[in-house]
Amino acid sequence: MQPDLEIDRVSKSYGAHRAVDALSLAIERGSFFSILGPSGCGKTTLLRLIAGFLEPDAGEVRIGGRSMRGVPPNHRPVNMVFQHLALFPMMSVGENVGYGLARRGLAASLIRERAAAMLRRVGLPGAESKRIDQLSGGQRQRVAIARSLVLEPTLLLLDEPLGALDLKLREHMKIELKQLQADFGTTFVYITHDQSEALVLSDHVAVMNAGRFEQVGTPQKLYYEPRTPFVAGFVGENNRLSGVASRADAEVVELETRGLTVRVRATGAIVPGAAVEAFVRPEAIALARAAGESFPSAQRFAGRVESLLFDGANSAVLVREERSDSEFRIALPQTGGFADLRVGEAVVFGFDPQRALCFAAAGA
Amino acid sequence: MSAPAGAELAAPRTRIGLCLLFAPALVWLVGLIVLPHVDLAVLSLRARVAPRTYELSLDNYRSFVDEPLYWHTFARTAVMSIFATACTLLIAFPTAWYIVKIARGRAKSVLLVLCLIPFWVSETVRTLGWMILLRESGVVPKLLVAAGLADQPPELLYHDATILVGLVYTSLLFMVVPLANALESLDDALIEAAYDLGGNAWSILRQIVIPHAAPGIAAGSIVVFMLTLGNYLTPMLLGGKNSLWFTEQIYAQFITRFNWEQGAAFGFLLLGLSTVIVWLGLALAGQRFGDVMRRA
Repeated sequence: MQPDLEIDRVSKSYGAHRAVDALSLAIERGSFFSILGPSGCGKTTLLRLIAGFLEPDAGEVRIGGRSMRGVPPNHRPVNMVFQHLALFPMMSVGENVGYGLARRGLAASLIRERAAAMLRRVGLPGAESKRIDQLSGGQRQRVAIARSLVLEPTLLLLDEPLGALDLKLREHMKIELKQLQADFGTTFVYITHDQSEALVLSDHVAVMNAGRFEQVGTPQKLYYEPRTPFVAGFVGENNRLSGVASRADAEVVELETRGLTVRVRATGAIVPGAAVEAFVRPEAIALARAAGESFPSAQRFAGRVESLLFDGANSAVLVREERSDSEFRIALPQTGGFADLRVGEAVVFGFDPQRALCFAAAGA
Repeated sequence: MSAPAGAELAAPRTRIGLCLLFAPALVWLVGLIVLPHVDLAVLSLRARVAPRTYELSLDNYRSFVDEPLYWHTFARTAVMSIFATACTLLIAFPTAWYIVKIARGRAKSVLLVLCLIPFWVSETVRTLGWMILLRESGVVPKLLVAAGLADQPPELLYHDATILVGLVYTSLLFMVVPLANALESLDDALIEAAYDLGGNAWSILRQIVIPHAAPGIAAGSIVVFMLTLGNYLTPMLLGGKNSLWFTEQIYAQFITRFNWEQGAAFGFLLLGLSTVIVWLGLALAGQRFGDVMRRA
């Protein structure tokens, strides 16, 4: 199938700074695609290149198979939901939604009809005559999306639109956004620095760092099989161990860190003596009270509880390992068996080497 | 019981403090604006029937209606002022836009200061500067001859266009500042959003920028219009004897003719004129005076 958006070795520099560095990407029709990265990684520049507010120094953006070189934003089949939504305060809700249609020269009665139909679809029936400042944050969000989708764009770009909302509403809008996308079937390109938004919403995620894509894949792939240390560290919680590989074969690496030897799974070629980094998910680590309990993991370490991070289903403990003095974040099992765990208590913990990923250290 | 008693004691004290605080403004308002106007109103409504005897009459206003020169000058002043205000707006809008939306960092403040710098010099000297440039033996006519655009130096002073140039130049800052304030608060994302949704430069200006800047436009226009209407020096120096500005009529009645009654009547007519035109302008633009003044 013809991808809706193709980016072909696109670059953009500001002075000596390469904001977007020879990026290539293809996004399938009807998918929810996120670009995830820390602030300053170039994701906003990339979005503005797609929207047409910037022209690439090199490379080409194709939308629906058509080259966008020299096409200004008002002639691209792309619409954008801005970070602070940018609804027009001088217009009513209906006029906001009808603005783009009016610019296309549609008859006033047709504009009213389509705007009303679109507002019904986003769950704001009859809101046409309201002023923007009479709407709640969530309603404004829907108006902003309605204003773009009423133009039936090939692509909808969203520039961290949930960033300004409070936590509860953000959680709610995440679900709503996903439902809206499934409903309309429009291809969404969503920009965020919040990994949970990207993981929950997307079919595919591109993790971006320093103007390049570190990895493009499904949320599951990014989470369970990160290809670079950056992705492992950026997507989800992870424990990071850095040290030297004392022994290595194709499968398992023995990592030496401050007197502690940890066995981890090798990704890529690692030679003994090389500096390495390993990542273990908090939920991959099994925890047990100190004495004599049966313990499934192949390798075990002893430590003391340093602090308890209670957060309902996401509760964790920070445990300081005794020999290396390094800190591990360990997810608490949902059984409630550790509800009475105290700070300072001695524990044992361990993990399967297969669930810890080892990379050659960055820059090595 | 002691607390309420204390509160009762404190209340008059704050009231006195408040009165003291408002006193200078009140003295200024009553002493320099209300009282003279009351006096002028009384003056304008009396006619001298014999030396030192006066009676209540509308003669001063009647002579305004009967004498075509007064009428003519009055209407001309109004039309020229409106035209000068419109010209100022047309020049100030791109200037303010450039200062606020295009200039960055240092350039921004330098440009604003450049708008302000002419006000270091007194209005008389500034206007005389224009005369040095534009009079027959002045800089601009000589340049025109040197460039071969004129056979002999043309007289550029004493035209209506010259008065307009002077008035626009004097008023520019009072338009740029409220406009810059209004445009400063316009989020660039709104312009981008409109562009993204298919708007072009003209429709964005008309539907997004002007509605947003409307209070600033109205505030600047009111200030410039009032300054222009009440200007005396610029029309007189740049327009000469034929400038026919209504303030000159008032001056002539008070100082040359020593007819204070007639001058007072003219003063009131000018006040009425500016009030009516400002009110009409606000009504046409759909703006409220209070909102506009908050932006100025």
